[in-house]
Amino acid sequence: MKALSIVESAYRATIEEQDDTIVWLNHAMKAAGADLAVLLRGNAVNYAVRGQDAAGLAFGAWRQTQPPRIADDIASLAGKGVTVYVVAEDLAERGLDAGDLVPGLERVSRDGLPGLFAAHDQIWHW
Amino acid sequence: MAEKKTLTFALMDAPYESARTTTALRLIDIAARRGYAVNVFAYEGAVLLPFSRQQPHPNAVHGRSVEEENHLLTKEVVAALIAEAARAGGKLDWVNCGLCVDERGAGEAIDGVRRGSPADFWKMAEASDNTLVIGTR
Amino acid sequence: MANYLLIESRDPFESADVAFCHDLARRLAAAGNRVTVFLVQNGVLGVRAGARGPGYAELARAGVEVRADDFSLRERGISADRLQPGVTPSPLDLVIDRLAEGAKAIWH
Repeated sequence: MKALSIVESAYRATIEEQDDTIVWLNHAMKAAGADLAVLLRGNAVNYAVRGQDAAGLAFGAWRQTQPPRIADDIASLAGKGVTVYVVAEDLAERGLDAGDLVPGLERVSRDGLPGLFAAHDQIWHW
Repeated sequence: MAEKKTLTFALMDAPYESARTTTALRLIDIAARRGYAVNVFAYEGAVLLPFSRQQPHPNAVHGRSVEEENHLLTKEVVAALIAEAARAGGKLDWVNCGLCVDERGAGEAIDGVRRGSPADFWKMAEASDNTLVIGTR
Repeated sequence: MANYLLIESRDPFESADVAFCHDLARRLAAAGNRVTVFLVQNGVLGVRAGARGPGYAELARAGVEVRADDFSLRERGISADRLQPGVTPSPLDLVIDRLAEGAKAIWH
């Protein structure tokens, strides 16, 4: 079974969780032997942007020592052999081009989505 | 007789926060009544759906006592779904994501709920006829 | 050719991303797939005749089947005889039917 995980929601509870929980979930499933790919769409295309920095938050005397490092997590997914697609038009709408992104991603146009979906047995829109 | 299927659902919403929870429970109910084998992977806030310490309450705005209000408790709905699936010849296997349980202090769940991990979701999905993921916003 | 079930829970007044679901449905249908858009929850708020919104008749003309959860319609006081053309009320059972048939189901 080959699954495509679609990530659309962005920066939802990522500080509290110290991760994006869906990017994290896909890492965990891959580690368990899953055959999957990830598609970043909508605001989640911003997850691939280099230079994100969520460090330094403190609440009273409590300091966050492990902020989310989402772009690193995206890059490492790709490094583990998970194909990470990103919707080209969603990047353009947000003023992003290839030079803004971590390496190792595959751009797909909206025109290409039917073909991408056809290549996967399950399409999970998180 | 219609063929019995195995379906997996991934849920994420905490109780009392979204209409998605109601729709998810309605879908599971339909599958349970058909005697399907139903798997639920509860992720993030959804691990609180079967939290055993939920308590009913009265409704002073409507002048209803605890009994009259008969407040929907999601733990009771989950228990009813587990029972319905068994009655109809199927089963409901409800897995709470363990780390999500830990960070929410949601360890006390009703009978019939077990602790698991993302690996369980993948295994359930692989063994199912189909899987529906209901993400949160 | 595959079967797709797009379950649209968002409404066009609150979420601009409903356009993604409509666009995807059209593209999948144009690629020769059987496509059903199943509106549920506030996703039905745009189907009342006269409501300004994306227009479901256009989806139907593109070969997409548009269904609306009958409970969600009733819950919002949208009567079945006041729907936009191309939208058919349906019990939620249809979602389980299509899952059981193996449709690729995408919740939006």
